Amino acid sequence: MVVVKVQLRNPRREVELTGPLAVSALLEQLAIHRDTVLVIRDGELVPGDQRLPDDAVVEIRPVISGGCDEPLTACRTGAR
Amino acid sequence: MKCRACRAPAVIEVRRHNANFCREHFLRLCRDQVTRAIDDFSMIAPTDRVLVAVSGGKDSLGLWHLLRELGYEADGLYIGLGIGDYSEASAAHARAFASRHDLTLIEIDVPTDYGFDVPTGSRAARRTPCSACGLSKRHLFDKAAVDGGYDVVATGHNLDDEAAVLFGNTLRWQAEYLGRQRPVLEARPGFPRKVKPLVRLGERELAAYCVLQDIDYIVDECPMAAGNRHLGYKEALNVVEARSPGAKFEFYTRFLANAADRFQPEVDADRAALEPCTRCGSPATGDLCAFCRLVERAAPDTAQPVELLPTRAGGAAV
Repeated sequence: MVVVKVQLRNPRREVELTGPLAVSALLEQLAIHRDTVLVIRDGELVPGDQRLPDDAVVEIRPVISGGCDEPLTACRTGAR
Repeated sequence: MKCRACRAPAVIEVRRHNANFCREHFLRLCRDQVTRAIDDFSMIAPTDRVLVAVSGGKDSLGLWHLLRELGYEADGLYIGLGIGDYSEASAAHARAFASRHDLTLIEIDVPTDYGFDVPTGSRAARRTPCSACGLSKRHLFDKAAVDGGYDVVATGHNLDDEAAVLFGNTLRWQAEYLGRQRPVLEARPGFPRKVKPLVRLGERELAAYCVLQDIDYIVDECPMAAGNRHLGYKEALNVVEARSPGAKFEFYTRFLANAADRFQPEVDADRAALEPCTRCGSPATGDLCAFCRLVERAAPDTAQPVELLPTRAGGAAV
């Protein structure tokens, strides 16, 4: 059986899915919306239509940053 | 997937633009969007000295990289807030970026220089961590820019940040905050000019820019931010965006074009006369500015603030 290894964050964990499969199918299986993450393989972006080859290892990197509960600003960059 | 511009294999799809891009044309798109934001809102003059608020995350490091790519003279300022391993890791990313690109990074360490860290200091001062953090950063960025003679402070607020803040302020109709939510805040006595050159780029675009430019940013989130309202607003807007790509951009840019001016009277009415803080000289509504009051409560035994020591990353003081 071909396995695609997927590294996830927040919290950090790894899951294995049966491959081969397209990136869009992988995200669908994990119930992750495409616009909230980047899929990265060997340091390169992987577009949604790309089919992941045998034994691929991919990182699913979230792109939504925190900010804070102050009403006016997003916190991490400190603008007033 | 083919690039919209050249038909080469695409590396990313941007649904807001209903287009896919190869590496070269996506990077050009990012530069063009920042250039347009700077030009449309007259953010930065070609000869301005820029101080970039650097956190070690994708937005601030991406912004610093973009501004340098566009030819601006830009130093960075990193503020250590004493949030355990997170602060250590984020500082390491900021320093490594500055060193790799031979840029000047100024550092302020709140625990060392002011005697408190955000988690414990905020409890002592009976503030939320985000409140103490935001207050500290605003004060220290303002002061560092004014003292250092910088013309403008640039922050990494992106389109998603601004749309989420606008959403939150609108839900509560916070008129004064709505009036101040602009991509440029002009300088006032004691306050530097502040600009947000990333308001035309979403956070996924910023993250992709960093990956494509091999910028090693801190991916993990601040542990203090988990579950806050701001993240909830982003999630809500992302649901809307998924059904209507471009909705966030329209929400924010049409607010600026059609509504922001309507809240200016509330901003003007709220501007009380400010006098210099008796301790640090920053603008204050009483004897002490809000930051010095925070320091007094969070670290009552702390000595006076130390002078800033700019250092070129990886080497000697400059």
